[in-house]
Amino acid sequence: MNASLPNAYAWPDAEGRFGPYGGRFVAETLMPLIHELDAAYEAAKADPTFQAELDGFLTDYVGRPSPMYLASRLTEHHGGADIWFKRDELNHTGAHKVNNCMGQILLAMRMGKTRIIAETGAGQHGVATATVCARFGLPCVVYMGAADVERQSPNVFRMKLLGAEVVPVTSGRGTLKDAMNEAMRDWVTNVADTYYLIGTAAGPHPYPAMVRDFQSVIGREVRASMLARREKLPDACVAAIGGGSNAIGLFHPFIADAGVRLIGVEAAGRGLDTPDHAASIQGGRPGVLHGNRTYLLQDADGQILEGHSISAGLDYPGIGPEHAWLKDIGRAEYRAATDEEALEAFQLCAKLEGIIPALEPSHALARVGEIAKEVGKGGDVVLNMCGRGDKDIFAVAKHLGVEL
Amino acid sequence: MTTARIDARFAALKAEGRAGFVAYVMAGDPSREEALEILRGLPAAGADIIELGFPFSDPMAEGPPIQRAALRGLKAGLSLKGTLDLAAAFRSGDADTPLILMGYLNPIESYGYEAFARDAAAAGVDGMIVVDCPPEEAGVLTGALDAAQVSLIRLATPTSDDARLKVIAQGTSGFVYYVSVAGVTGVKEAEAGSVAPAVERVRRAAGLPVAVGFGVKTPDRAAEIARVAEAVVAGSVLVDEVAAALAENASPAGRVLAKVRALAEAVRDARTPETV
Repeated sequence: MNASLPNAYAWPDAEGRFGPYGGRFVAETLMPLIHELDAAYEAAKADPTFQAELDGFLTDYVGRPSPMYLASRLTEHHGGADIWFKRDELNHTGAHKVNNCMGQILLAMRMGKTRIIAETGAGQHGVATATVCARFGLPCVVYMGAADVERQSPNVFRMKLLGAEVVPVTSGRGTLKDAMNEAMRDWVTNVADTYYLIGTAAGPHPYPAMVRDFQSVIGREVRASMLARREKLPDACVAAIGGGSNAIGLFHPFIADAGVRLIGVEAAGRGLDTPDHAASIQGGRPGVLHGNRTYLLQDADGQILEGHSISAGLDYPGIGPEHAWLKDIGRAEYRAATDEEALEAFQLCAKLEGIIPALEPSHALARVGEIAKEVGKGGDVVLNMCGRGDKDIFAVAKHLGVEL
Repeated sequence: MTTARIDARFAALKAEGRAGFVAYVMAGDPSREEALEILRGLPAAGADIIELGFPFSDPMAEGPPIQRAALRGLKAGLSLKGTLDLAAAFRSGDADTPLILMGYLNPIESYGYEAFARDAAAAGVDGMIVVDCPPEEAGVLTGALDAAQVSLIRLATPTSDDARLKVIAQGTSGFVYYVSVAGVTGVKEAEAGSVAPAVERVRRAAGLPVAVGFGVKTPDRAAEIARVAEAVVAGSVLVDEVAAALAENASPAGRVLAKVRALAEAVRDARTPETV
């Protein structure tokens, strides 16, 4: 099945499906808006002036292309393939999220929308959305779970400085899932003027494909860098997965290259054998939530479970539908890292490479050593450093028992 | 055929020259026994049709009242299976009142479409409203419900243009539910003047009776809508009565049914001057 697959890969189909996953499972009120967005995005994608405008902002405002860095001390430490960091934590706002926000806000303005809403977990997407809204002078409302407001207070302050209104969401356990529910409720209420700027490669079609396309700049740059510096493609690409936008952005330009292993690392929280994790692919089963069919953490009755991860950005009970499909067809592998493993990797990276990673890529860092060994010396493994850890130092200090 | 109950009810309402009152309550709210007491009291209190919500953890189109009701239902342990048991218990004592289940797709997908449709029909359920399953995604659900002869009732909204109404009308049966405001349940009230022409458009597109819901909170409002639509739906205002009863240690059924009587009476009287 795998051998003939890559050349034929052209998902999603016209209905927004990746095999059985994806789709448009939203309230009828939103359906006309979803169709309008789909048409507007297709038109923008085909418009060279839109792409040129986006490229200009990515270069001059976001700071792309981001560097490819050979993490030689970490490589030496693990004793396997060369480990490269794709430095998306060096983007303006400190994470990969802004790649997508820049694309979507240009689209929103093209559609004549005058108000932007977003959901956020770790706050990185909220900050990136607030940033582009400030840049283009649009009002911005960010929904954020009350628990996340608590554990990501530096990002809450950043959003407010940028002029956004941050609405704490207290329903459910007060995390990303609940913030997304509340953003959907806002959208269905404010259909005429509001653009919902979704932060991950999930939600109703066209969001999963659109967010992937905007994030694919990561993988395209990795491809060009590796060809320039190694005259070959990487042997493996590794990324952390919550909703999965940084991972799909890294993976997508390599899907047709069967020799490139694509490895996503889910958040195992307190362990996959406990209820406290956020590994939807490895610990969930297919279902429908937030506009798409995908792997979900759910009970036997189809009620959605609350995820758990030390990383607020991975603490989500679902995953982008394209990952669900890549899993089923065997094109990508999915592993997991616990809170403890991520914390260890976080500290190791800081000490060996002088880079404080966010807790999200720390999950990928926790698995990169074994992957480098599997690939072996002389090979190349690329890890997407999708965010920097400044926002996490308070949470990490607390877990390490350090008082600041 | 189970859809016959809905058709018979609308035919009877037409013969009486009045609109129907549709009462929405949540399964298991605040307990299985009390929810059954409410259900059993609804027809006598004036509900012509019953919508029974089945709780979902993430009700994206609901405002705070129904979100809270769903949480109470879940806390009482009412899964979709429990909701069907409740429906069957109601049906054993009432052969005529149409019973519509309303909720979200994932519990149905988890249950299994064919098994669910079969069990729903066996429980005496006449129709389904599945909020997050638009026509584009309804193929499997429609097939299963059709085979079991359970109606799929679609939603039309203020964002539905004529082309969209055609899509919505295809494959819907029983009646069409017109969501009178763009928004979540139980918050905004539609502009009075906007409802009548919208209902007329929906009726023309679907050739079916139109029930209007979202934001119906008062008898006056219910009467206004009863003058232009075949049925009026109230939900948030009823489940809020459960919350109020719990807060003051009163009987949930007593409070809910009193509210139903007030709303149903307003609906019943609304067309009298014109039809007498």
